[in-house]
Amino acid sequence: MLTINYFASIREALGKSQEQLELPSGVKSVADLIAHLAAGSTRFRALIENEGKILVAVNQTVVGREHLLLEHDEIAFFPPMTGG
Amino acid sequence: MITVQFEDFDIGEEYAALRKQACDAGAIVTFTGLVRELYATSSSDKIRSLTLEHYPGMTERCLADITAQANTRWQLLSTRIIHRVGTLQAGDQIVFVGTASAHRHHAFESAQFIMDYLKSEAPFWKKQTSTADSHWVESRDSDAEAIARWQKSK
Repeated sequence: MLTINYFASIREALGKSQEQLELPSGVKSVADLIAHLAAGSTRFRALIENEGKILVAVNQTVVGREHLLLEHDEIAFFPPMTGG
Repeated sequence: MITVQFEDFDIGEEYAALRKQACDAGAIVTFTGLVRELYATSSSDKIRSLTLEHYPGMTERCLADITAQANTRWQLLSTRIIHRVGTLQAGDQIVFVGTASAHRHHAFESAQFIMDYLKSEAPFWKKQTSTADSHWVESRDSDAEAIARWQKSK
């Protein structure tokens, strides 16, 4: 089971902060997961198309879209950080 | 030590703690970040509050990693990071970084390094509420440039 967390503007745009799903067959990388989520949700697709930069973390480390996913990974989508 | 908290902090207490931990310190640098009113886009639209969200778990990991990097670059006796989350008002304290070293350059530079990395790499997000509306603060190119400067001087 994958756990997907959404933060800040992404969380608000999707109207949820977390969801869980089985690693879909055919989904190997972060890019595959994005395509899978976009295919199943117009809100997610709009976000990917319109929102500026979206960062992805896997197991709490920011990764590139080519990063390969494993069952039980903790994934997060969020905008660039603005702390401090 | 790293703390993410809702509560305010007392820089006098933090300084005293750093001084106690790093008993051979020749220099202690402390930085305090405050919530500004200047985020508003127009002068008539004043910021009333700022709400900070973070990614629990990843935040602490990131700050520990930034501290570890600072320790490999400079000789530090002690470091302290406090970052507040939740809703803050203009003028409130938001972040504290303290570094103790035998040498002032190490303390100065590492404190700036920690702040620069914290701003761009630690998963915090600010949402500002003005009299008119509320929106997420956008990241600034100057923050990424600050990091690039440290990478060059490695």
